[in-house]
Amino acid sequence: MNPSAYVQLVDLAKYFGKVKALDGLSLDIAEGELVALLGPSGCGKTTALRALAGLQELDRGQMIVDGKDVTFQRANNRGMGMVFQAYSLFPHMTARENVEYGLKLRAHKTAGEKRKARSAELLELVGLSTHANHYPHQLSGGQQQRIALARALAISPKVLLLDEPLSALDAKVRTQLREEIRRIQVELGTTTLFVTHDQEEALGIADRVGVMRNGQLEQIAAPAQLYDRPKTAFVAEFVGLTNPIAGKVNGGSIEVLGGVVKTLPGSITSGSGIALVRPESIDVVASKSGNATIISASFLGATCRLNISMRDGSHVTSQLPSPDAVGLDAGMSVKVSLLDIPVFVKAAG
Amino acid sequence: MKQTWKLKIWRGIIIATVGLYLLVPLIAMLDFSTKPFVLGMNSRTLESWKVIPAQPDLALAIGRSLITALIVMLLILFLIVPTAIWVHLKLPSLRRPFELLCLLPLAIPAIVLVVGVSPLYRWISINLTESPITLSGVYSMLILPYTYRSLSAALDAVDIHTLAEAATTLGATVSRVIFGIIMPTIRTGIINGSFIAIALVLGEYTISNILNYKTFQVVIAQIGRSNGNVAVAVSLASLLFVLFLLLLIPNKKRQGAILDVDIA
Repeated sequence: MNPSAYVQLVDLAKYFGKVKALDGLSLDIAEGELVALLGPSGCGKTTALRALAGLQELDRGQMIVDGKDVTFQRANNRGMGMVFQAYSLFPHMTARENVEYGLKLRAHKTAGEKRKARSAELLELVGLSTHANHYPHQLSGGQQQRIALARALAISPKVLLLDEPLSALDAKVRTQLREEIRRIQVELGTTTLFVTHDQEEALGIADRVGVMRNGQLEQIAAPAQLYDRPKTAFVAEFVGLTNPIAGKVNGGSIEVLGGVVKTLPGSITSGSGIALVRPESIDVVASKSGNATIISASFLGATCRLNISMRDGSHVTSQLPSPDAVGLDAGMSVKVSLLDIPVFVKAAG
Repeated sequence: MKQTWKLKIWRGIIIATVGLYLLVPLIAMLDFSTKPFVLGMNSRTLESWKVIPAQPDLALAIGRSLITALIVMLLILFLIVPTAIWVHLKLPSLRRPFELLCLLPLAIPAIVLVVGVSPLYRWISINLTESPITLSGVYSMLILPYTYRSLSAALDAVDIHTLAEAATTLGATVSRVIFGIIMPTIRTGIINGSFIAIALVLGEYTISNILNYKTFQVVIAQIGRSNGNVAVAVSLASLLFVLFLLLLIPNKKRQGAILDVDIA
């Protein structure tokens, strides 16, 4: 625990009968940081977010925001801004009225003129100034989520909570809005907790990504570190693609595909293990006396993905930069080897 | 082209049939109420309509029935609607029992209901007041099946949980969430439910008659016993009045915030 952190979640627990939604989750968020919680459905990420919002009671734990214990503070006094997965704009209010709603409830602090200026500023920020007088049913899904974001930000929240705000949108709008959320978050410096099951989303915009499993934090790290240096097999397999390849572990290295590569901390240290190898760590060169055959090749633009059958019957997937894959085609005999990049190794069986 | 013609003809036939079905009784009532009192006279007369204001107790009864309807409506707005919202939001496990409870008045015949509530009303009329306005209590029970249905349908049509949570995180109290966010959202359902309730209250006869309260319908029945023509004229007038009320139900496109009140 870092006592200087802006948001501290300490040992949060919530049990629904036998289901452990949260089982001792601890997490620090620095001021202005965007942390994403990533995990399969039912891992407890949404429960954690809702607990911080005050919408979910906890069985155990403590939450401190900006040096103040908010564990037992009511949701309507916490000053958290939240954007929901489902469309949540108030249908009987215009976009502007929606944005002003939170400010109106703080009427004694925010006079009418000031409120108007603030809502105009936020509508501008999300690029929907021209839609201020539209009702929610006149807006597209993406626009509704932008207004919802503006509404959450209007109250200058202590923490911005995003509960899969993009998952109801189609792919193109999703990517666009994702970038925009990041731009706005950096611009305003709002501390943000973002919950998603989409790893591309999490890796794409977060300062740090926490991978959750069974109500606990499996690993939290910067996106690149999480991808390159997973601490557990679950993280390695959940984030990005991996090829399970059997090999023999000896101390800090593993003998696999005829070569030797270093293993990551947390791997097993002896016996036979399974290396979890990224597709881009597998090198493929054409060779008549090779150890594998290409089953299929698919061109993905900058990269090319090869589906390869090994002599021992196992399959691996390799991803090469397209220039390196020129001439590699289905049916060709190739030599497959590992690049010298540390891999995570789990116990076989 | 041919298809649309056929469709139009069918539509016309259906509308005409339904229209006739609804209009014929009204026309018959109008016809009967304008018939002369004296046998042998052939010309039409508006005599039965003219004597309406002179009927004893009628104006008073109308006033009482309207006040009763108003009280029922207030009970709907401030008791039944918030309760329905509360059950939907916070006590989902009580939804089924609540629904059953609300349907009970349909299953219990009015006459049985009267037997049940008459001791209570006897006590009320002896100890408190003899005003028929007290009937609003039993009426607000009677209208539950209809009002609750339309409320429930309206509540199921929107994601009130997310709306409530969104408002809460923005700083709204529970009463603000119910009166400021959810009630305006299900406005149409509330208005529909309330108007059905008003129509029901204005048309109720059995209970008020047996409990011996002079409400609108009871007075009409009394008039009918002495003068059929006038009774029919009054009935027609009341029917048209209720019809007028029902026409006031706003359609969904209108965005006026009729119930956008804040009580916090």
